[in-house]
Amino acid sequence: MKWLAKIFTKRSNWSIPYFIFLLIFVVLPLVLIFIYAFQNNDGEFSLTNFTKFFSSPQDANTFVYSIGIAIITTLLCLLLGYPAAYILSNKSLCRSQVMVLLFILPMWINILVRTLATVALFDFIRVPLGQGALIFGMVYNFLPFMIYPIYNTMAKMDHSYIEAAQDLGANPVTVFRKVVIPLSMPGVMSGIMMVFMPTISTFAIAELLTMNTIKLFGTTIQENINNGMWNYGAVLSLIMLVFILAMEVFSDKKEEASANDGGLI
Amino acid sequence: MTEQKSDFIIELNHISKSFKDKCVLDDVSISVKRGEFVTILGPSGCGKTTLLRLLAGFGNADEGEIRINGEDITNTPPHKRPVNTVFQRYALFPYLNVYDNIAFGLKLQKVQEDEIDMRVRKALKMVGMIDYEWRDINSLSGGQQQRVAIARAIVNRPQVLLLDEPLAALDLKMRKDMQMELKEMHKNLGITFIYVTHDQEEALTLSDTIVVMSEGTVQQIGTPMDIYNEPKNSFVADFIGESNILNGIMIKDKLVSFLGHEFECVDSGFGENAPVDVVIRPEDVYIMNNTDAAMFTGVVKSCIFKGVHYEITVLTENGYEILIQDYNAFEVESEVGLIIKPSDIHVMEKERTCNTLEGKMLDKTHVEILDTSFLCDEIEGIEGGEKVKVEVAFDKIDLMDNEEDGNLLGDVRFILYKGDHYHLTVRTETGENIYVDTHDVWDNRDLVSVRIQPEDLKITLL
Amino acid sequence: MKMKKLIAQSYLWILLIMLYSPILIIAIFSFTEAKVLGNWTGFSTKLYTSLFTSGSHHSLMSAIQNTLIIAVLAAIFSTILGTIAAIGIHNLRGRRKAMMNTLNNIPMLNPDIITGISLFLLFVSLGITQGFTTVILAHITFCTPYVVLCVMPRLLQMNPNIYEAALDLGATPAQAMRKVILPELKSGMISGFIMAFTLSIDDFAVTLFTKGTEGLETLSTYIYADARKGGLTPELRPLSTIIFVTVLILLIVINVRSERNRKRVENL
Repeated sequence: MKWLAKIFTKRSNWSIPYFIFLLIFVVLPLVLIFIYAFQNNDGEFSLTNFTKFFSSPQDANTFVYSIGIAIITTLLCLLLGYPAAYILSNKSLCRSQVMVLLFILPMWINILVRTLATVALFDFIRVPLGQGALIFGMVYNFLPFMIYPIYNTMAKMDHSYIEAAQDLGANPVTVFRKVVIPLSMPGVMSGIMMVFMPTISTFAIAELLTMNTIKLFGTTIQENINNGMWNYGAVLSLIMLVFILAMEVFSDKKEEASANDGGLI
Repeated sequence: MTEQKSDFIIELNHISKSFKDKCVLDDVSISVKRGEFVTILGPSGCGKTTLLRLLAGFGNADEGEIRINGEDITNTPPHKRPVNTVFQRYALFPYLNVYDNIAFGLKLQKVQEDEIDMRVRKALKMVGMIDYEWRDINSLSGGQQQRVAIARAIVNRPQVLLLDEPLAALDLKMRKDMQMELKEMHKNLGITFIYVTHDQEEALTLSDTIVVMSEGTVQQIGTPMDIYNEPKNSFVADFIGESNILNGIMIKDKLVSFLGHEFECVDSGFGENAPVDVVIRPEDVYIMNNTDAAMFTGVVKSCIFKGVHYEITVLTENGYEILIQDYNAFEVESEVGLIIKPSDIHVMEKERTCNTLEGKMLDKTHVEILDTSFLCDEIEGIEGGEKVKVEVAFDKIDLMDNEEDGNLLGDVRFILYKGDHYHLTVRTETGENIYVDTHDVWDNRDLVSVRIQPEDLKITLL
Repeated sequence: MKMKKLIAQSYLWILLIMLYSPILIIAIFSFTEAKVLGNWTGFSTKLYTSLFTSGSHHSLMSAIQNTLIIAVLAAIFSTILGTIAAIGIHNLRGRRKAMMNTLNNIPMLNPDIITGISLFLLFVSLGITQGFTTVILAHITFCTPYVVLCVMPRLLQMNPNIYEAALDLGATPAQAMRKVILPELKSGMISGFIMAFTLSIDDFAVTLFTKGTEGLETLSTYIYADARKGGLTPELRPLSTIIFVTVLILLIVINVRSERNRKRVENL
């Protein structure tokens, strides 16, 4: 045991257990998706499952459709959430901290409970479950995730930028357009990611909100895995993973370009 | 009233401003001539930045009016004022490059594209930043950001340039260089500069006029020479440069007594036997080994080399400690002779000679002052409930560490060494000032407990 | 200005009404007995009592129980693992540090469904029977990065010399760790724990893929299964209401406390 104690006197070595943990539970599983994707059902290397995806219009269509729904949801959230975040962060318009609390509170409630409640509401006011319900339900669900990061960036915004703009002759509208919007971009980007990511990969919410009449890509993946089609499921997962990776790289670049405001502070 | 073009570009008339219950500016009036370099100088929290922000239009004064060019702009929003500001931490827009930062104001004014280009380049040249126009703000050093911030303000050709401690974030060497450049820029631009700083040396170097502020009020307005040589009160004397501030008595015109001696001086008009404050700059005390020709003598307690001169502490024969600057070194513990010339003795009227407070008798033996009940001696003819004036001598107030030992709490705000004792300003919990003479050493912002003996409260009917 | 404020305030209130109307409907109809939501059959607290009495809905109660046990265990383990990891990563330099940070980010950036499927494939390939243990392991996987993220800022704020100061004053490394470092990290660890706890309670996708076929249900998977069967168990209404009220009270308490602390700091 002495050698073990010796290793842990060096504090940088304290990262080793977590490193091993990450290798087993994060890296290896992702590698497995990759391996399964390139195997046929008999465990041999093959691209059959890829060809299956690209030749089956139904699944590819679902993929595109899911992206479309996710984009619409994200845009609606941004449209509704940005003004709310601005008002919440503006002391002259909203002084109450409780308001902010009320807006982030839903984030802490189980998403299925919230979806269930939404379904109940639609039922109650006799809105038919379907595409419309799906989009509105997702906006309900994810609006707080858009408001919170934007609010955060705006609340932390150095007020002297706004004063500097006023000092240089900008009226309130110009201040908003030329200072507040560009400075809030990092928050907007992370808000978009926080809404877009779960909407593109969700399956349960869609099933509940549409009574399983509309299939999203997440549902397709889940059904395949559930029915024992692991290899095909792995292919679908890999496709989603690649798409999301591309999104993240893109948003990272954007954020780097706009988030370089840390330098002074 | 007839409209007349004012001689002054800026007039601040009786400006007062409070945040919540705290009074930050109290009846401040300043007039600034066109083209002047005016520095507002004071310790942090004296209200100088608030004053500048009112000028720029960030926040409104509770009382008073602000005029620029004779025009009342008290309620004009910032974007319509003919002033531009260089912010304390520059506030350069991080998402715009150098060029776009500088062009920001011009673009808002819808200036023609090629004129913008010309003016931006001219401004860049002025601050010595040619070739930097496409650089990212975050890739610039503090000094470079400072220059861009100045360029961004002056490119709009404001009538007044406001600078809020613009050099505070720079290191000493850079600060000195920038001071020179600012002075040069002021000369070339010919516009009015209002400069806020807490650095007295900076103020003396740069300004045509200095406004010394403390606790929200103007202490003195004058040229650097005036302020240094003729400080109006002990605060100014202490804040600007080094000085010996001593209690004295003006025996008659042109004769003052302090350090236990009588000195000839040039001041008059204080009356006879009037208590005064005397200021002697350390470089104005002549020190020599020969004691015969001296006006008084003392023993050297320390002698420290400061680069150009030595800083010498001398304990005089009457027990006062004074600070002296001289080019020669003197041996510690040696006896020295000292001379002060009449023209170097600066006499100031005392702002107060004791604490004067308003209070109320609670009953025969208790008086309420500073919202606190104090035990006092019984006085004939004064009953409970009556309003009274209470006087307490500076040295009759005890300050203690322990919260339980005194009647009320306060914190030390201003410390003045008077040669043989400290004169402290103590801000009580209720926000009033009391003044205390003590031999104990306290630090700024120390929390103290205040005690006054019953017999030391001099009570008279109001 | 008044007008602007009025418009702004009403906008916020419209959004809030929109956000809260589902849960309000649920809360209102949790006080009636009707099987189908929307039918008001008179005031009754029967759903509340039947939620807590074992009977036909025993499975719901056990799902709640499972959810809480899993959340507590996952939060404890990931707090320990995450704190040790954070100290380690903080003391790493250069490439290794960058690599650990990237690895730590992966589970946070991965969508739930990918994490779930990848772990499912892992357990299947290793031949591990899925159940309680695999769910907890999976939860630790996606919770720990957040703990690291909560503890890291504390380490950065910490004066790097205090550990040395403790050693200098004669503490052994273990004592220095216990008496100096851990107290400094406590607030970060607590927020990491809370974060892990809520993430675990909220999780659905990862649990679904790693819970196996032994009949283990958490609240999320129970609701999902229930909804798929078409009948929304009426007892979910009082349950949602209770969850909502609990979270509301918790957040208000936390907020009031931090507000009071802030005021105290300001007054000093």
